[in-house]
Amino acid sequence: MPARIPRVYRTEAIVLRQRKLGEADRIVTLYSPQLGKIEAVAKGVRRQTSRKAGHLEPLTWSTLLLAHGQNLDIVTQSETVESFMPLREDLQRLARGIYAAELVDRFSEPRSENYPVFRLLAETLRRLATPADSADLAVRLFELHLLAFVGYRPQLDRCVVCSGPLTPVTNAFGPALGGVVCPACRAAQPGLWPLSVNALKILRLLQRGDWTTAAGLRLSAELLSEIELLLRGYIRYVLEATPRSVVFVDALRRDTPAGRPKHLELEPATPALAARGGA
Amino acid sequence: MNDVISAAATPVARLIDEFHKLPGIGPKSAQRLAYHILRTSAEEAHALAQAIVDVKEQITFCSSCQNLTEVDPCRICRSDKRDTTVICVVEEPLDILAIERTRSYKGLYHVLHGVISPIDGVGPEDLKVRELIGRLSDGAVREVIMATNPNVEGDATAMYLDRLIAPSGVRVTRLARGLAMGADLEYADEVTLTRALEGRQQV
Repeated sequence: MPARIPRVYRTEAIVLRQRKLGEADRIVTLYSPQLGKIEAVAKGVRRQTSRKAGHLEPLTWSTLLLAHGQNLDIVTQSETVESFMPLREDLQRLARGIYAAELVDRFSEPRSENYPVFRLLAETLRRLATPADSADLAVRLFELHLLAFVGYRPQLDRCVVCSGPLTPVTNAFGPALGGVVCPACRAAQPGLWPLSVNALKILRLLQRGDWTTAAGLRLSAELLSEIELLLRGYIRYVLEATPRSVVFVDALRRDTPAGRPKHLELEPATPALAARGGA
Repeated sequence: MNDVISAAATPVARLIDEFHKLPGIGPKSAQRLAYHILRTSAEEAHALAQAIVDVKEQITFCSSCQNLTEVDPCRICRSDKRDTTVICVVEEPLDILAIERTRSYKGLYHVLHGVISPIDGVGPEDLKVRELIGRLSDGAVREVIMATNPNVEGDATAMYLDRLIAPSGVRVTRLARGLAMGADLEYADEVTLTRALEGRQQV
């Protein structure tokens, strides 16, 4: 007698995203430590009486019971393991958390186990939920390690063209080549970006190290920006698309009270309010 | 085979196509709807067609609150019985219906027609945010109530608008979060319970 496939199965997962389905349902995209990316139907979660809804919000880590369905599996039970609450109360951190979830979504194939990615996402969300931890550093570390776990580890230790050692001068980064290019090889290669000495140092540090290494770093805004743009460019090249949530992360940076876009500028009603508001 | 295709004569095939375009209507449902129309009376079919035409011709967005309306400004915005110092911001026009049913809110509304969802590429510029800011510039509005849904996207939208509006001195508030009537404590998630505890009231 062949063994029956169990109709229900249990797994933990972090909810990456959700979209509406019909009147009261949602399709949730889950990332499980054992099963990788799963899409499942959460029936009735848009109703007030739903007991599952709060446990299936994006960026929640939950334990789930799922039933095998004809097309998609169905979530029958869910209970929060960790909700990363401080992350939900801070717009900048929430935006970065959504970005991290989107990267996992875009880099994963369905049902392809990758436990290191799950752990990395969980740790990153935890850091984003810790006000004392730098959100930007947490995301840069996340990007580098995610790239490595999905097979796109950039080569930072030697020239990707000639395999020669790299010296502390301005080198270059070639997204198509997947790593750093030394000055000697640079001339012959199209499509390279300049890479400053310090940026390469920091990238190596983040790639080889973990949060204990990264947490202590105090980087200038320019250096942080250079690293962010480089990684963003490399990710965009690899994915052949720009992650959509990046747009919002950028918008939040621009839309600080000091730098609010002019067309959304609100004049304070009185000079007293003007003194209180702004900057 | 060609007989089968031409058996569904062009107007019928076109009707099936049109129904198929509607959300949630698959090919079988589209066929069923088309054949229902065929069987129903000419008056019924005409009434349906006329209702569709009328909606597009007569319904517009209220230039103030972006609600769906036949008249501009809408019935709520033009009413002199409403409290014009408060605006309740909602995601969709149906949310206004829900709040109006409570009969306990007397202020004005603003419909965003969506919610910020970064992962889907929906940003503030895709919503009726600029129009909302425009309504606050003359200082008549003292409070903006964020009545977006209590989920990640609704919260992100509420936080974003709070950031945008609060520096000007207008009070930005959020609907209370907590347990729904009839709910069980043991099934509630941490976020809901935490907020319910934070927002506790004198009994």
